[in-house]
Amino acid sequence: MSRPEDTLPPDLYYNDPVSRQYTTSSRIQKIQAQMTHRALQILNLPPSQSSHILDVGSGSGLSGAILTQRGHTWVGMDISASMLAIALQRGTGALPRKRRKLAQDMEMDVEDGIDDKQSNDEDAGDEEVEDEGEEDEIGDDAPCEGDLLLADIGQALPFRPGTFDAAISISAVQWLCQAESSDENDAPTRRLKRFFEALYVCLKRGGKAVMQFYPRNQKERDMVGTAARRAGFGAGFLVDAEGTKAEKVYLVCSVGGEDVTATIEAMEDV
Amino acid sequence: MKILTLNFLTCARKTCKSSPAAFPLHPRDAELEIVETEFNALFIQNILPRVEWDALKGLCTELGLTNVPPEAPEPKELFDTSIKSAGIDEKEKEPTQLTRDLHNLLLETTIQSGKLVCGNCGHEYAIKEGIANFLLPSHMV
Ligand SMILES: [Zn+2]
Repeated sequence: MSRPEDTLPPDLYYNDPVSRQYTTSSRIQKIQAQMTHRALQILNLPPSQSSHILDVGSGSGLSGAILTQRGHTWVGMDISASMLAIALQRGTGALPRKRRKLAQDMEMDVEDGIDDKQSNDEDAGDEEVEDEGEEDEIGDDAPCEGDLLLADIGQALPFRPGTFDAAISISAVQWLCQAESSDENDAPTRRLKRFFEALYVCLKRGGKAVMQFYPRNQKERDMVGTAARRAGFGAGFLVDAEGTKAEKVYLVCSVGGEDVTATIEAMEDV
Repeated sequence: MKILTLNFLTCARKTCKSSPAAFPLHPRDAELEIVETEFNALFIQNILPRVEWDALKGLCTELGLTNVPPEAPEPKELFDTSIKSAGIDEKEKEPTQLTRDLHNLLLETTIQSGKLVCGNCGHEYAIKEGIANFLLPSHMV
């Protein structure tokens, strides 16, 4: 089976039909919710704190909905305009947000839910069980509360130093391991370097980032870990269900070069 | 795009990284909307020390918003301490009107469309449906 990142860059891969399928597949939603909860568990934010969090590769806002539930404020970055468009459509159905133009002070007409015109000319492949029409598990009636940026994380993270308390990323960092073009400036090593250096800057001192991703092999995993350490992070890997089909790799990064080994050991098999 | 986020955004171009003029980005042709979100005083308390107040005042002036306190509020102004008694819980502290006003300004006042312009290089980032486009042509990375 081919991996999506081998076929097309993410902005082209996650076109409208694929984005919608990705978001409406309850199996993907469930796995993504589990990984988000796990990432938050590893981040171990102070329980009483309401944090400012960067969601790297925020997609259609599935992880963001969980961040909102937990009382955090978040900013999401994604390269796929289709995914971001779906994030915007969250919450326009059951619980429309109260919004009004500032100057005119009038109620806005909020569009009614996602239109059901599902194109079926495209098959997202894989062995997903489609559960069309089933209720979504992660409060899909909750509006997208995060701010969204259309951006390529391999280019830049345009934030000033210390903007975020923490960062999470679910299933996005493997896209950085692809050359976006034959241009030397787009080589994976350059993209990873820019990403981790910018991430390091925009996290506050003592901040942490937890990034679940799908490295295709040990070499790629090492390349990502090395890029994180070179940017100044204390970095290590936490692997759940190692060696099984359900294996999940989390890169744990801390600002200030703090050794993350203890954090990872405490979280293993929890 | 929330005013809060605008207070953290810089120009994405490498050549602008070290330039003080690349922050804050300047809103142009901005259409503003109030989008209600749940009030969270603890978040205001957490983020307030990181808000660049002069930049915020400048941004609000450019956006025609006049309800910005001239000085950054002190943390103690966020909660009403007059009812403070021994053993009162953090969560039971009563947020002040100032905290609610800050919530309204920073988290509920949003730019729905317009653009953000870098004061250093002049590059324009478009905002559509509240989403800012920070994709750069490859020669600018
Ligand atoms: Zn610039």
